[in-house]
Amino acid sequence: MTGRRLPRSVGRSDPDLFSVGAFGSESPGSPRLEPPGSPEYPGESARSAVAVSVLTQTARDVIEGAFIPLWVRGEISDFKSHRNGHWYFCLRDSTAQIRCVVWKRDQRGIPAPPDDGMQVAAFGRLTVYAARGEMQYTVTRLEAEGDGLRRKALEITRARLEADGLLAPDRKRPLPRFPRVIAVVTSPDGAALHDIVSVVRRRGADVRLVIVPAAVQGQTAPEELCFALDQVDRWGGADVVIVGRGGGAREDLWAFNDERVARAVAACRVPTISAVGHETDTSICDLVADLRAATPTAAAEAATPSHAELCAELRKHSVRIAGAMRGGLRTRSDALRHLGRHLAGAANHHVMQRRGALQSAAARLHALSPVATLARGYSVARSTAGATLSSADAFRPGMPFELVVRDGTVQARVRTPGGEVA
Amino acid sequence: MIDATGFEHRLGRLEEIARALEADGVDLAQALALFEEGIEQLRAAADELSRAETHVQRLVERSDGTFEVIDPRE
Repeated sequence: MTGRRLPRSVGRSDPDLFSVGAFGSESPGSPRLEPPGSPEYPGESARSAVAVSVLTQTARDVIEGAFIPLWVRGEISDFKSHRNGHWYFCLRDSTAQIRCVVWKRDQRGIPAPPDDGMQVAAFGRLTVYAARGEMQYTVTRLEAEGDGLRRKALEITRARLEADGLLAPDRKRPLPRFPRVIAVVTSPDGAALHDIVSVVRRRGADVRLVIVPAAVQGQTAPEELCFALDQVDRWGGADVVIVGRGGGAREDLWAFNDERVARAVAACRVPTISAVGHETDTSICDLVADLRAATPTAAAEAATPSHAELCAELRKHSVRIAGAMRGGLRTRSDALRHLGRHLAGAANHHVMQRRGALQSAAARLHALSPVATLARGYSVARSTAGATLSSADAFRPGMPFELVVRDGTVQARVRTPGGEVA
Repeated sequence: MIDATGFEHRLGRLEEIARALEADGVDLAQALALFEEGIEQLRAAADELSRAETHVQRLVERSDGTFEVIDPRE
């Protein structure tokens, strides 16, 4: 397309006067630059000089119409982030430079503001700032060599989260050992969800997996992830939440480096497991989550105890309790045996002691026994009641009594009063 | 579905029982009662494990801000 606009103020009416063939094709039937026999065109002489604004505005029309948007490479210098939110810098190489601007609205797609000295490729359009008669490159996308902008963005985000204490190790909450409900914030069609479901099923875990769908890549991913995490938080029905996605290109994982997503993870009152991409990918979300799992599969394993593990644990308890019981019984039976032996010894000793005492008592008893005296020819008089009659006063006339002699008793009676024996 | 808190509670109780049985000074009647309870807890826990099942559902927020967990259309 060619620049054709000529402000009315120029005073000449032909709108195609400034068409410049060198900058592009002309519309069919448009008049030539210098129609034969035409009158003087604006600026041809001092008399018809054009205003500066006409020049710069026409230049703008011509230049802006001549270039399609391009990627341009060079080095950043004089970067400034203006109060009004727009970024200004120069892009240069060894022999040339051009002023660049990134309007505030276009900054969303750029991970971080560039630094002076960065080698970048900038995608944009060549524009003319007519008011100053300057060319500038209006940049909408920017990529730094070695992924420098993304690295810088990560550093900035990390530093901000760190300053707010969100990366502190003591913020990490323990995961519940036996979650009943596991929320999964991910794409409902993604590989991550498939992996998580099959791992949890394989482990025979007794849980409900509740999917909370969110886009995990693309422009809307950060908002959708934040929204889904917020839903999990407001719902309050989950014991743990896995947030993540399967592997992909670095740009595809970028939503998980978004500061908003990281803050949503940190704000979630449900313990979080972050599982983004493959083992080698570490995202900002990983740093904030209560647990970083290398992959969605690892996240599912971390979230759920396996059937086999639980069986082994029960077995362990069973062995321990049975062992303790057996041990307790053995200790008791040993003690009992020991006690028995002790008791038998003590009883034996006691019996021997008593036996000796008995023998000496028997000897003494024998010594005092009247049987021996009787054997020698003495006798004993006893009343019928059995009382020994050892004095004459005990005898009354006619009283029956008995005499105990060596080999028996003899019935007797007192004949006369006084001391005479009948 | 297992009452997971129940299962967790059982494991905790089994731990207590084992510890009590291993301690000195527990009397025999008490030890036997603990042992019996331990066996019962183990049996119940194993039972629960054998009934385990995984459900996959989806969270849906209603317009009034309340939530519903539904089975996905498969």
